[in-house]
Amino acid sequence: MSTDRIEKRVVLRAPRSRVWRAISDAKEFGTWFRLTLDGAFAAGKTVRGRHDNFKVEMRIERIEPERYFSYRWHPYPKDPAKDYAEEPMTLVEFTLEDAEGGGTALTIVESGFDRIPLARRAEAFRMNTEGWAGQIKNLAGYVS
Amino acid sequence: MSRSRSAPVLFAALGDPTRLRLLRRLSVDGPLSITRLSEGTGLTRQAITKHLNTLGNVGLVRHARHGRERVWELDRRRLETAKRYLDQVSAQWDQAIGRLKAFVE
Repeated sequence: MSTDRIEKRVVLRAPRSRVWRAISDAKEFGTWFRLTLDGAFAAGKTVRGRHDNFKVEMRIERIEPERYFSYRWHPYPKDPAKDYAEEPMTLVEFTLEDAEGGGTALTIVESGFDRIPLARRAEAFRMNTEGWAGQIKNLAGYVS
Repeated sequence: MSRSRSAPVLFAALGDPTRLRLLRRLSVDGPLSITRLSEGTGLTRQAITKHLNTLGNVGLVRHARHGRERVWELDRRRLETAKRYLDQVSAQWDQAIGRLKAFVE
């Protein structure tokens, strides 16, 4: 198994132009990704945004209308108290194709994880565990 | 104990034929003593220990005690950490794709 990349493939029951807009329009991207972004996507541009209480920085690499969109960013975990600027980024690539029988086949690849320090990757479990502990506490508060 | 686990340090640790041979032996034969690991290498136990420490510093091997014998073994935690991390990022993408699907369909 590769520890360097993730690949996802999904068929969306929507025309390519619709899927393309949801991915390439920063406002639409932010809606489903749950990010508030400060500007439009353009090749070579850095777009900043916020997700809950942490900052996100997307370095847009390449845009080929209705076919391909890619950017680099610092992957999960994103601890607001830490500076990730010095760490390697992963590459995220969206590829759109017509699906057989209608709709749009979307492939998402995120790669470059092997360059992320292992300590940072290990941190994801701690943060996730704390996240769950918080959720359970909320729930306990809600039901009692 | 602080360990250097960045990729360049890891690759440097792997960039030596003796160390690669030691890793291969540990993965094929399981935990082995220094004496066994030195056999047939033409190197001293001290030299082998030095190579094992280099591999240990990046979290690839560790020493343990099997009965009265001290042995070296592969440290599989490194690979497990990398895999479990990817599972988490993967689950996040699944959620995001679910929201994208609901958004465009």
